[in-house]
Parts: sequence; C-alpha cells; structure tokens
Amino acid sequence: MVQAPDLLVQTVWEGLVSGVLYALIALGFVLIFKASGVFNFAQGIMVVFAALTLVGLYEKGVPAFLAVILTLGVMFALAVTIERVVLRPLVNQPDIILFMATFGITYFLIGFGESLFGGNPKQMIAEQLYLPKGAVDLQILGGLVSLQKIDIAAAVIASLMIAALAVFFQYTRIGRALRAVADSHKAALSVGISLNQIWVIVWFTAGIVALITGIMWGARSDVSFALEIVALKALPVLILGGFTSIPGAIVGGLIIGIGEKLGEFYWGPLIGGGIESWLAYFIALGFLLFRPQGLFGDKIIERI
Amino acid sequence: MLYREAGQYKSSYASDMAVFPLKEDRIGIAVILAIALVAIPFLGSDFFIASVMIPFLVFSLAAIGLNILTGYTGLISLGTAAFMGVGAYSCYKLTTLFPGVNIIVLILVSGLFSAGIGVLFGLPSLRIKGFYLAVATLAAQFFLQWAFVRVPWLFNYNASGAIEVPQRTLFNIPLTGAAATPETRYFVCLGLVVVLTWFASNIVHGKLGRSWMAVRDMDIAAELMGIKLLNAKLAAFAVSSYFCGVAGAMMIFLWYGGGEAADVFSIRLSFNILFMVIIGGLGSLIGSFFGAAFLSILPTALKFGLPALGIPIQGAAAEHVTFMLVGALIITFLIVEPHGLARLWQIGKQKLRTWPFPY
Repeated sequence: MVQAPDLLVQTVWEGLVSGVLYALIALGFVLIFKASGVFNFAQGIMVVFAALTLVGLYEKGVPAFLAVILTLGVMFALAVTIERVVLRPLVNQPDIILFMATFGITYFLIGFGESLFGGNPKQMIAEQLYLPKGAVDLQILGGLVSLQKIDIAAAVIASLMIAALAVFFQYTRIGRALRAVADSHKAALSVGISLNQIWVIVWFTAGIVALITGIMWGARSDVSFALEIVALKALPVLILGGFTSIPGAIVGGLIIGIGEKLGEFYWGPLIGGGIESWLAYFIALGFLLFRPQGLFGDKIIERI
Repeated sequence: MLYREAGQYKSSYASDMAVFPLKEDRIGIAVILAIALVAIPFLGSDFFIASVMIPFLVFSLAAIGLNILTGYTGLISLGTAAFMGVGAYSCYKLTTLFPGVNIIVLILVSGLFSAGIGVLFGLPSLRIKGFYLAVATLAAQFFLQWAFVRVPWLFNYNASGAIEVPQRTLFNIPLTGAAATPETRYFVCLGLVVVLTWFASNIVHGKLGRSWMAVRDMDIAAELMGIKLLNAKLAAFAVSSYFCGVAGAMMIFLWYGGGEAADVFSIRLSFNILFMVIIGGLGSLIGSFFGAAFLSILPTALKFGLPALGIPIQGAAAEHVTFMLVGALIITFLIVEPHGLARLWQIGKQKLRTWPFPY
C-alpha cells in the first residue's frame, strides 16, 4: 500500500465510483422505506427494468431523449400499478409480508422485462444521451491514475440528484408531506394527506432514481439482469447508513464501495481472490454488532 | 359422509393429541405412501422419476428446513442454498475420508456440518432480526458460495473444480454414481424424506416447536414465559440447516450426480425455496410439500403443457412466463391467502368433513 501510492489512489477512486452507484441504489430503498415502511427488495430490478426499457425503446426507433421521457412514463405507470395492486391490499400487514411481496414484484419484473426486451445484455445508449466517453490520465504521486470520464459524470450527476432530492424534501409541499408521512402515517392522514398519493409519488421518485442509476451503471458495463446481484449490495449499505437516512445511504455506499475495492485489491489475493462478493456483508455484520441503528439511522429499531 | 369424526372416540390424552386424529386421515396418508412407494416407481417412466419426483423430494426437504426457520420461528433467511451446499460438500469430503461407510449414513451425517455452520451464522440473530438478519444470511450465502469455488480442499483439488460423485452400493445395488438407476435413487430419497419429515413433525409438535412458535408470535412474551430466546433461535437454525444440508447432499449425490455443484447453490435457489415456503404455507409441513410440488412442476408443466394445449411457446418464453407467474402468485397468495396452499388444503378437508350438510 505504501510502495505504490498511485495504485492506492486508483483503487480508492474505483471504490468511490462503485460506491456512488451502490449509494444510488440504496437511495431508492431509503425513499420508499421512509415514506411507506416497505423494504423494497425490487429496487435493484427496477434499475434494470428502467435501463432496459430505455434501451429497448431506443432500439425500436424512438429518439434517445423521447425514450427517456417515455421511460419515465413507464416508471410512473409502474408506481401506480404497484400501489394499486400490491400496496393497497396489503396495508397494515407486518413488514415481513410486504418485504416478501416485493420479492413477488422482483420476479414479475424479471419475467416481464425479459419477455419484452430479451434477456441478453444490451449496450447503454450513452453517446446518444451526450454522456462523455474515454478517460483522463492524471499525474498523481509519481504515477498515472486513469479516471473514466463516465465515472466523473456519474459522480457529478449523483451529487446533483441528491441535492435536488434534498431541496424537494425540504422546500416543496409534496416533500413536506412525504416527511410528515415518514414521521407518522396516522398523523399525516389526519391532517389530510392522502397516503395513496404519497405512495405513488414516492415509488415514482424511486423509479426516477432507478432510471438514473440504470443509465449510469449501464454506461459503465452492460444493461443486463446480472445487476440483480449487485443490487443486493444495497442491503449492507443501508445497514451502515441507517435505513431512513439519505446522507446515510451515500456515506454507507462510499464506505462499502471503497472498503470492498481496497479489500479486494490488497487482501483478496491472499485468500484466493473474489472476496468482493461477500466482504460488504461482513463489514455490515461487524458494524451491526456495535451500532445497530447505522451511522445516521433512527435510534429506535426493532431489536430485543 | 366421506370424512367425519363422528363416532371416533378418544380415550387417552395421546390419541387426542395425535398428529392424525381421524381414521380417514390415517388412511389417506397410508394411501399416499403406498402410491409413492409402489405406484410411482412401477408405473412412472425413468424420465418422470428422475426429473420430476426426485427434485420434488429434494426441494420438499429443503422447504421443510426453511419452513422451520422462517415459518415456525419467524426468522427470515436468504441463505438456504448455501446451507444446502455445506451439506453437499461435507458429504463429498466424508465419502473421500470414509469410503467404507454407507452413503446414506454419510448423507445424514453431513447435515450435522450444515447445522454447525447454520448455528454460526445464526449467532447474530439474538441481537438482530428482520431485515438485519437477512444481511447475516446473505453474508452466509455469498461467503459460502465463494468458498465452494475458491477453497480447493473442499472439492479435493479436482481439476474440474466440481464434486465427483463416487459409486456407492448397498447390498451390491449401486445407490450413487452413474450406474444407479432412477428407481433406486428415488427409493433412497423417499426413505430419507419420509423419515426426516416424521422427525420434523415430532419436533414441531413438541416442546421445541412450541417454543419456536412462541418466539415467532411475540418474542418478548416468549422470553417472559421463560423461553430462552438464544437457545430457541439457535436450535431453529441448527435443525433448519440440518434439513437443508441433507437436502443439499441428496441434491448432488442422488439427483445431479456432481457437475456444476458450485453454481447450483446460488441465491436463485435460495429464493426459489423461500417462494416454495410462501406459496406452500408458512409454518406448515404439508405446505412445504405443496410448495415444492407446485414450484418444481410449474416450469415443466408450462414448457410441455402449453404446447400440448395447442399454445406454441418457446423454451425461453416459457421461462419468462414462469418468472412472471411466480411473482404474481406470490403477491396473490400474500394478499388472498397468507397461509398458502396448506390452508386451502385445510379448508378443503373441513368442507369434506361437514359435507353434505355444511352447517
């Protein structure tokens, strides 16, 4: 680690970038968990589904930006459908039942997405959306560090989106309503906030986040259902950050991303490599023993 | 008329508490066993036995294992496949270390290793639960799956990196390996599943099972009543992992016969078994069988059944439809009948009991 500081910088940068993307997936979870108490397992598949819809529409001859708008429409339709078909009949059920229902949504979306657009990996339409390509080489600490432009763009867009969400939550009418619902369903209902509406809004917001994550992730690798497994990384991120905290999702994402890449790069080869697949869960597990509510989470959590 | 308890008197506490208190139930289970033992092996084709019945039995056992943990004790687990894998790999190590011991004994013993690993990953369950516990089980899933590929000792440094199932015999009849006929493998599976189900039934109806259900329904109340939470939860992890481990060993040694062992025990399998439990019925042994039957037969039925009905469907499309159907079914069951197919079965029996005078 000391001999080659440039490699360290490179590794940290790569960790940072994958951390941003984990954070984006985790953000979708947090939004929904905050407003409806549903642990949305389907967030990962929503990312894939959004990206697939976008690429699929483009392949059918729709111009790129029109395809983005149409995809947003699809995500809105999805939000409405989920609220009508899944959430409304299951209201007042235990959390674990709603959690399992999102498994159902996940499987349904996998089948639906594959039958509409095929199961093969697809190329994201990065150029058509004016996303930058290529890499910047920087001279740092006596070595060359190569930064992919798309990664920089991802970090910038993610920051912008988080800022936008913060403004939305802090200063708009709907944002205030969402915070009210997050604090107490009953109190929010009694001051005339429609829960059904809030759910649609929050699932749609999560859908927008999913689309942006999907574009960014797809531009780095391909759009495929392999992302499903990556999305499971959002769980340790949430544990680290706390289930209800937006800054927590971001900090947790960065910690997991960097920790994972460093661990893989420096200690992975010692025990056979590929430890990236489970390191994040062990970090989270160790963390749980000391601070179960996460870094920024609410103090009261369900534990004995 | 068909099914009633009138005239069936119980003269002892034991007969009142019996698992099958009604004569019709006992006849029914005997008929089912007779069909499984006689009719299926003699009337079913090799294909039917090898690719429908054996998977069904293996999945049933795994679903019983998960049901003990999730359905009876209320601890959610996403790492079932990993615990199955532990069973398969420890069975493989045992066959190479003790080649003289009978394979059935080894399959049963390999579950103990799985139980040990299960307890290890169950340890955090005292402090954490719900989604938090799901992370612990996911850690087990990904760590163990990684270990199956990366720790060469587990597969005896084979160049192929896979388990090679050796030939083992009982009374000179090959039970495992290429020479074993589907019928013998089926009989071994059936024997193991019947014995272990009987075992599970006794556990869940006994003291341990009751303490699990108390923990599931309200853990704090259970603790106040004197149930030691850690003991009950770890016992649930141990028993559940034991069943999963035996199912995993059966899966590789009696069904797959080696090959792509490391890929089989993926998170997809964990989810599938969880779905079997949800659709079959949480907290019900018979539900585990229903769920396993339903989900292991559904893909085959769609693939071969729809073309037979005149609806042309390709293999890939059938798979997509299966995914959509499974997803939709999970949601439907959670909304309409949270206790799954097992509850429908119960309702059916109740109706038969009062038929033809429903009131």
